[in-house]
Amino acid sequence: MTVRKSGRTVEAGLVPALRDTSFSRKLVFKFQMVNKHLFSAAIFVLFLSSLLLAQNGPADQNQTGREGTFAIIGARIVTVSGAEIPNGTIVIRDGVIAAVGPNVSIPRNAEKIDGKGLTVFPGMIDAGTNMGLLEIGGGARGTVDVSETGDINPNAKAYLGINPHTSHINVTRVNGITTVLSMPSGGLISGQSAIVNLNGSTQSEMAEVPVFSLVIDFPTVTTFSGFNPFSGPRRINFDQAVKRRDDRVKEIKDVFEAAKQYARAQEAYAKDNTLPYPETDLKMESMVPYVRGEKPIIFSAQRARDIRAVIKFVDDMKVRAIIFGGAEAWEEAEELKKRDIPVIFNDIYQNPLSNDDPYDSNFSSPSKMSEAGMKFCISTGDDGSNARDLPYQAGLAGGFGLSKDDALKSVTLYPAQILGIADKYGSLDEGKVANVVVADGDILDPRTNIKYLFIKGRMLPLTSRHTEFFERYKDRKLSDPAP
Amino acid sequence: MKNHLKAILIGISLLALLCGSALAQNTGETLIKNATVLTAARGTLENTDVLISNGKIARIGKNLRAPNAVVIDATGKYLVPGIIDCHSHAMLDAINEGSLAVTSMVRTRDVLDPTDMTIYRALAGGVTTLNLLHGSANPIGGQNTVVKLKWGHPLEDYVFENAPPGIKFALGENVKRSNFTPQPGQSRRYPATRMGTMEVIRDAFVRARDYKKKWDDFRAGRTKVPPRRDIELEPLVEVLEGKRLVHAHGYRSDEHLNLMLIADEFGFKVATLQHGLEAYKIAPEIAKFGTGVSIFVDYWGYKLEAYDTIPYNAYILWKNGVVVSINSDSGERIRRLNLDAAKTMKYGGVPEEEALKMITLNPAKQLGVDKWTGSIEVGKDADVAIWSGHPFSPFSYVEETLVDGEVLFDRAKDIARRSELKAERERLEKLEANLPPNKRGKKDDKKGGKDENPEATPDPSKGGNKR
Repeated sequence: MTVRKSGRTVEAGLVPALRDTSFSRKLVFKFQMVNKHLFSAAIFVLFLSSLLLAQNGPADQNQTGREGTFAIIGARIVTVSGAEIPNGTIVIRDGVIAAVGPNVSIPRNAEKIDGKGLTVFPGMIDAGTNMGLLEIGGGARGTVDVSETGDINPNAKAYLGINPHTSHINVTRVNGITTVLSMPSGGLISGQSAIVNLNGSTQSEMAEVPVFSLVIDFPTVTTFSGFNPFSGPRRINFDQAVKRRDDRVKEIKDVFEAAKQYARAQEAYAKDNTLPYPETDLKMESMVPYVRGEKPIIFSAQRARDIRAVIKFVDDMKVRAIIFGGAEAWEEAEELKKRDIPVIFNDIYQNPLSNDDPYDSNFSSPSKMSEAGMKFCISTGDDGSNARDLPYQAGLAGGFGLSKDDALKSVTLYPAQILGIADKYGSLDEGKVANVVVADGDILDPRTNIKYLFIKGRMLPLTSRHTEFFERYKDRKLSDPAP
Repeated sequence: MKNHLKAILIGISLLALLCGSALAQNTGETLIKNATVLTAARGTLENTDVLISNGKIARIGKNLRAPNAVVIDATGKYLVPGIIDCHSHAMLDAINEGSLAVTSMVRTRDVLDPTDMTIYRALAGGVTTLNLLHGSANPIGGQNTVVKLKWGHPLEDYVFENAPPGIKFALGENVKRSNFTPQPGQSRRYPATRMGTMEVIRDAFVRARDYKKKWDDFRAGRTKVPPRRDIELEPLVEVLEGKRLVHAHGYRSDEHLNLMLIADEFGFKVATLQHGLEAYKIAPEIAKFGTGVSIFVDYWGYKLEAYDTIPYNAYILWKNGVVVSINSDSGERIRRLNLDAAKTMKYGGVPEEEALKMITLNPAKQLGVDKWTGSIEVGKDADVAIWSGHPFSPFSYVEETLVDGEVLFDRAKDIARRSELKAERERLEKLEANLPPNKRGKKDDKKGGKDENPEATPDPSKGGNKR
């Protein structure tokens, strides 16, 4: 997105800020065509950007949206952490929530937003996506960066693969999701996840935690052994399946053991540099914080038996774990609680694992985790394009036993806690990052419209690839002559 | 292993049959009392009773009396027409006959499985009717079947006899086979481009027109020699005669437009554009041709030709007067079509009843069955669901689903039977025939099979053996 003009490069700043709308793209193009003088061009772009982005200050132009002091007045405020405020005010300033409550003094320079009939929620958090690592799964391999080659890729970092300009970001955030965990998938050790806010022109502008966890696609016991289009699925027997799983787990354990040795060698050399210098190995280097238990590891596992296998691995290797999936995690509630292993549940939009499981087994799984006092959150587990359904997935769990309060927490405060960012995210409290969503109803209801959206205190336009197409085609008439 | 699975499957199907017969009780009169009725035709009726008699909606009104009826108290609940999914592959043992570019001779009717668990899960989501479509491997695919979800009934009862016959067409990436490589030994099939796709369809209808001419000549006595019967072209002649509905899978708007133009050239109308993810780009043209569109409400981006869709698709089509339905094309999404319909209120602002029609009356119209189902009106089949709250709220769930007046899903009973089914499963798993071959005859050997052993020993005294 580098616009070349008069032999000079106009990059960073103006253009990325404009690139989100095709309308602006057209204008930039037009501006390239008609302007010969760089100076007047710059003035023109400044004018355009201020027109489009509503009073962006020059220092402010490297991101979408605009900074400011905002006061949403007279709204229902669902803080999530504390009691609901039926009629209150929330002040957003310097990227954080400056004040929230029923009686809050409004700064003189604040832009006032009438909150009458509106409800304020904390931005939602999807703790399990491939956001930014994939644009189109089928037929556009060039846009897919989810899985590295091979099985052992601890050094692959989602942070460096996330495309800050994926259309999925806008599409997701206009539904009130403001922060996601993006992770690589596939292989055995898939790589490392990142926690990002859904705004920013660069990965560093987006990142909250650039490297959050290791991701392990934990081997499952499955008798499925490939598919033949003529004879159907190939199967092995159950014992073979268990053995295959155990062999794969052994591969992961070997990597952990090697990483422990690696860390020990590094430590020994640090103390005594007369020892042979240990060579640096990027994969091993990446593993060190995880074998030492300094950072968590996300293990994908759905069935109780797979979760039991993860627990055994965690006990053997003495690492910190988070379960990703967890369809049957509630069956292992006690063992998971004992070890403080939380669950990022991603099965609302999945069928029951077995034909004779209750039809609502996945819908009601969160309520069972809640009843068991487990630490869990709800995630879409989506590649990114459909992560915008996060609130409705939580809503569905709310129809099957989970309290409405818990349903909302399971996509706000609970994921923040599991991701270790609850000091800054997940609820509307003074001092927290101003990821704030203002809606005209219950945010978990698919009929509700988002009216205002703030990420790190920036008010963002409610536009996306989808609203652009909508604007372009909504009033289209039959051409003359008709086809 | 095979026997193990087989025995479990047999067990499941027996359970399914038991389940079905246990539920098959109200074939006479049922009176649903004091519901909020979303008619999907004449607005919302508060505190209203609906009397079902012989599988039909007999009366709708306040304080209805029917002394012999089974009464369902629906106070505080919503009575909603059964959802109709205009694009499903449930129950199909095979979906694609993809060896030829034109497979109009094959019938989904021949491969229906009445024990597919998707049926029950769909009923639990308030769904009562499905359009079972052939896959999208070829420009002209096989014949579809419209079924009612008569869970527990014999297969014959599922088939919606009044539904006009139909056929699947397909365009774009799947037809071109661009997203998968041919298997070893499999030849590359024509067409490989969107150009070729249109020519395959044109060629098929040229042949069908010639074939029809031969029969017309024979029937009019112009020739004494009867034409040789051609089961590939027969369904296409029915299309030409307006007797068979065309359901055309496609994504890009230009392709769908070209298909409608070819249809126009041959004098027929495409009944539905299936998927039609870009239909909003040509909404006025679709309206002009009188073609319906059956879409995902907002599912997108999974392949290149699904990249230009928008969740406002339904709204733009609706505003242009196009009959829109929202389908699942999935054994998972089929369970929550209510929430998909609700989304159209958010994305653009479709009015509530119009949104509801997109999963009830509109698909009924598209399938030619709106005379019998799709709304709550006197005289129609009693295909309805009782919801705990408004079906567009994510916090609502289906309490009971009735097909032709018969309760085929009952959440309370489902929950009540769970422990019994669990015990039955555990008992079946322990049967000699269900053990993997290497476990038979050494049941007590727990070594090496730790993961396999059921966690609890079933107590035979606690039921589970109903046979």
